[in-house]
Amino acid sequence: MKEITWFGRGGQGAFTASRILGAAAMTKGYKSIAFPSFGPERRGAPIRAFTKISAGPVTDRSVIEKSDYIIVLDDTLYDEKMPKLLKEGGRILINTLKPASFFKDERVLAKDISTIAVKHLKRPIVNIAILGLLIDLDKDIDLESVISAVNGYISPKIAEKNIDLLKEVIESLNNQTTEF
Amino acid sequence: MNDLKFISGDEAFAEGVRLARPQVISAYPITPQTIVVERLAEMVEAAELDSQFIHVESEHSAMMSAMGASAMGVRAFTATSSQGLLYMAECLYYVSGGRFPIVMMNANRATALPWSIYSDQRDSLSQLDSGWIQIYVEDAQEALDMAVQAFALAEKETVRLPVMVNLDGFIVTHTYEPVSIPTQESIDRFLPPRSTWDKLDIENPVSMAFTVGPELNEEFNLLHHKASLNALKEIETIDSEYKEIVGRGYGGALKMYKTDDAEYVLIALGSINALVREEVDRLRSEGIRAGSIAIRMMRPFPTEELAGALKNAKAIGVLDKDISFGYEGTVYTNVNSALVKKGINIASYNFICGIGGRDISPRDIGQCFETVIEGKESKHIKFIGSEVWDDV
Repeated sequence: MKEITWFGRGGQGAFTASRILGAAAMTKGYKSIAFPSFGPERRGAPIRAFTKISAGPVTDRSVIEKSDYIIVLDDTLYDEKMPKLLKEGGRILINTLKPASFFKDERVLAKDISTIAVKHLKRPIVNIAILGLLIDLDKDIDLESVISAVNGYISPKIAEKNIDLLKEVIESLNNQTTEF
Repeated sequence: MNDLKFISGDEAFAEGVRLARPQVISAYPITPQTIVVERLAEMVEAAELDSQFIHVESEHSAMMSAMGASAMGVRAFTATSSQGLLYMAECLYYVSGGRFPIVMMNANRATALPWSIYSDQRDSLSQLDSGWIQIYVEDAQEALDMAVQAFALAEKETVRLPVMVNLDGFIVTHTYEPVSIPTQESIDRFLPPRSTWDKLDIENPVSMAFTVGPELNEEFNLLHHKASLNALKEIETIDSEYKEIVGRGYGGALKMYKTDDAEYVLIALGSINALVREEVDRLRSEGIRAGSIAIRMMRPFPTEELAGALKNAKAIGVLDKDISFGYEGTVYTNVNSALVKKGINIASYNFICGIGGRDISPRDIGQCFETVIEGKESKHIKFIGSEVWDDV
């Protein structure tokens, strides 16, 4: 089972993205569940959301203790203890304006998605776009299934813009790789 | 597989209700049930569902409006949770005693105080005596399927009782997962419109919801009791009819897992059973004959079926997401009573867990099994996963 924990603040779309990821996995034939850290919702308050993806039925509905991926939409939520919440081989994907070298832990993959997001959405909303990092890293999640989930579960008004944004993030990763 | 949708338990239940075509929906929103009411309101607004949606000012009125509608012979639905269920409690007895086949979804949530919006099952278990049929589901798919089946069961001539379908708050109501949505055509085949002789009709006036004195009151209770017991067989019949048409079935009042030769069995209601079954597989791989029983129907209580499933059991544990203060978990009381009636004398433990939304981890279930298997624990009632030392 693949377990993904999302860290964000109320209004940044962490729960929405956890569902998009779950729906994308469903289109690939996986069983998946997505749920938020339950409680009253307040804009700006730290929240977590969870996606579990499995070949068979997901039986454990409790919160994820150790993750394959931790996705951080807002770098103020990152702290040095976070890598302890990873399984062996797990990665942290983080949206940040800080240089990648700021994060000492090699399991952290840091990228400025906010700047690209503002171009497309006029706001630094990166919840869907950050899936570009996951698509790049993980063989089970691909662009096609994420696009189909975005079209199926996000209002048409913002779906297309988010898909364009996601594509640009993936493109910029590819360019980055060739530079090294 | 384009009928698969990634939706929550609440949304799945709303889809099931839509397919069942109730003519009247009256409800008052309460977390974590709210989404069901919102979705149904949207469906009525968008003319996807031809139903009268009544915005009421309280749960008490929600149930009474549904009863009025049901008395006119139509199909009626409502939904609630926790304090809302308790607030409408008076009406629950009216509806069941009057034999109105209303279907209600209850999102299982803790009762105040302490105030909590999170899940446990004390709300519905406190209403076991209200005369309703009570069903507990495990996930969003079963929520949809039982929303439909509940109407068939409630309206069955041999039953004619209201049915409460319970979903663990948040754990089922707010968790998104793939759900297969049956076609309207298939559900129309399974569940025709409600047709009853038992209604208010200007051409054939009858008296409903009347007074009965001591000379016959007990007889009315006896008939109610017998009707409830009929639901034990009817749920199986209805489920097999559903399976034939829709392609999915759940069996009857109990869902047994590897109980045929099981020596150690955990018994529970609702969503936690999936995890219990996984733990059963782990123990089986170590050569331990473990098993699991999900009680899908708490009222009527499946005494015979439960005893039959425990014929090889040496010890059992009952998980209870509630506690009747000063005694024990209510599911435990019901299970033990069934065992005594059937002359089954085995060790039986009660694990109080998942209270007020507390997570239950695989480790917790493992420890419950350990206690049952070792049989050394002197205390029969234990709080699991508690932050304070349970030395009571």
